Amino acid sequence: MANDDIWILGINMTKFGKHPDKDVVDLASEAALAAMADGGVTIKDMGVLAAGNLMGAAAGIGQQLQKQIGQTGIPVFNVANACATGATALRTVIMAIKAGECDMGLAVGVEKLSGAGMLGAGFGVAASDEWTPSGRYGAVSGFEGKLGTDMMPGVFAQVGMEYLHQHPYDGADFELFAGISAKNHFNSTMNPLAAIQKDMSVEQIMAEPMIAYPNTRAMCSANSDGAAAAVVVSGEKLRTLSKEQQKRAVKVSASVLTSDPYQEACQILPDVNTLTRIAAKQAYELAGVGPDDLDLVELHDCFATAELVHYDNLMLCSEGDAVDFFLSGATTRDGKTPVNVSGGLESKGHPIAATGIANIWEICYHLRGEAGARQIEGAKVGLAHVIGLGSACGVHILEKSGL
Amino acid sequence: MPNVEEIVQDEWVSVRLWLGLPYDSNVQTATHRRREGGAVAQQIPMVDYLVLGDSPHLVANECTDCGARFFDRRNGCASCGGTSFGKVDIPTEGEVRSFTIVTAFMPGADNYAPVVVDLGGTSVRGQIINTPADAENLALGMKVRLTTYSIGADTAGTEAINYGFEPVN
Repeated sequence: MANDDIWILGINMTKFGKHPDKDVVDLASEAALAAMADGGVTIKDMGVLAAGNLMGAAAGIGQQLQKQIGQTGIPVFNVANACATGATALRTVIMAIKAGECDMGLAVGVEKLSGAGMLGAGFGVAASDEWTPSGRYGAVSGFEGKLGTDMMPGVFAQVGMEYLHQHPYDGADFELFAGISAKNHFNSTMNPLAAIQKDMSVEQIMAEPMIAYPNTRAMCSANSDGAAAAVVVSGEKLRTLSKEQQKRAVKVSASVLTSDPYQEACQILPDVNTLTRIAAKQAYELAGVGPDDLDLVELHDCFATAELVHYDNLMLCSEGDAVDFFLSGATTRDGKTPVNVSGGLESKGHPIAATGIANIWEICYHLRGEAGARQIEGAKVGLAHVIGLGSACGVHILEKSGL
Repeated sequence: MPNVEEIVQDEWVSVRLWLGLPYDSNVQTATHRRREGGAVAQQIPMVDYLVLGDSPHLVANECTDCGARFFDRRNGCASCGGTSFGKVDIPTEGEVRSFTIVTAFMPGADNYAPVVVDLGGTSVRGQIINTPADAENLALGMKVRLTTYSIGADTAGTEAINYGFEPVN
């Protein structure tokens, strides 16, 4: 292990789902303490803390967490980057270590969402009795239901449908996307930490309540509570630790964060493609691996319609070929490139700020050979992808320790 | 099929939280009543990039340096960083490059069909109108044209006019 390599020393995710008796600090503490225990270190070993809790971004989850698990005076970065918040926390710690500021740090993401239900802002609030243009569009009313939708099932439905417009598919679009969801729901049956563990057929998924065509309820990510945390260490420091710690450590071969470069229409419908493709390209170059080397991929299936486009964006298939790639069975857990063997966000759940570390956790556990019933045998290289609208994209490539 | 309350409480459907910031969070909405008839004294567009009159159309802010087009008030150009803009009229006919159909769980509300429409190379957002919002009546690539309709009048009698897209047969 080279001195300037970056490694995940310990990592943990809580069960995702309902945690009515725990607040965000409880969940963050649980994940943070377990991640440090997993790595055989304590809060006193940490030189930096980066933490995210999107819904409470102003409250400073990092310091709240320190007040429960150790106020050691280290620098804290409270980060917020939409659904990429967890990946951003991890990236922040990695950058601090790469910069030589410290040799070990902790990244934490936590969210409480269960019961948040179906929220729908943008329908407008009564403000006056007369039409009054306001805002950057000089609008007299909220846009929702009048000029499209900003609710995520509809936004990501359009993302998936746009792909089928650009790459026409002769079959039934609804059934195609339901099939992606069925794959992930099947995978969740092997993941005890998933919020929803329910094998569902394509027909059952299509019969679920329609939320935003073609996304039915089962094709939407699950609203859940949860936290995830990771301890990051430099190669130089790792060499001073025990052989067992070195053996279980997972190498971060690439850590990339991008935002979306301007494209025509990107301010009309979010462009989740360009920044993902750029992040993936950078990550493959940094890691010196290609898509064919990946033993498993956790990608951001916030909706079934999103998973399809990221097959292409992450270059798992040739350009424009995502539909055939999926239909070939390549992304099932027995396929060429297993995708979302955790069950994905559609069943594992999506506690926003936790997601970008929880997907790293999934990869690490397979690379360590500790993934139990859902273990991808012999996994050596994995990729974790997350995207937050606005937009931010995190891509991490992880490799098994050579020891 | 669950009822409205069940869907609203549902753990599974996190509809909006995923950083679905409103398209423009600064918008405030007037309360309004639909008029049951009578002369309409005045009209106001739903958004300021909609031009009313005999031939309603959209108008964009076009970057004078790179030609990128935007519909909101600009501080600069997201494409090239330029700060100089001119106005450009947008064609009123085009094709659907993406759509969805949002199920309305609000009591009394109708499903609606958001679309991204390519109007001669400039993409805009909107909704399908004058045709049922169901998968049988929508298709990728379908030809549509811009048309307008009233979303109601305020207490002063001013009618707000929105745009939508209807199929070209």
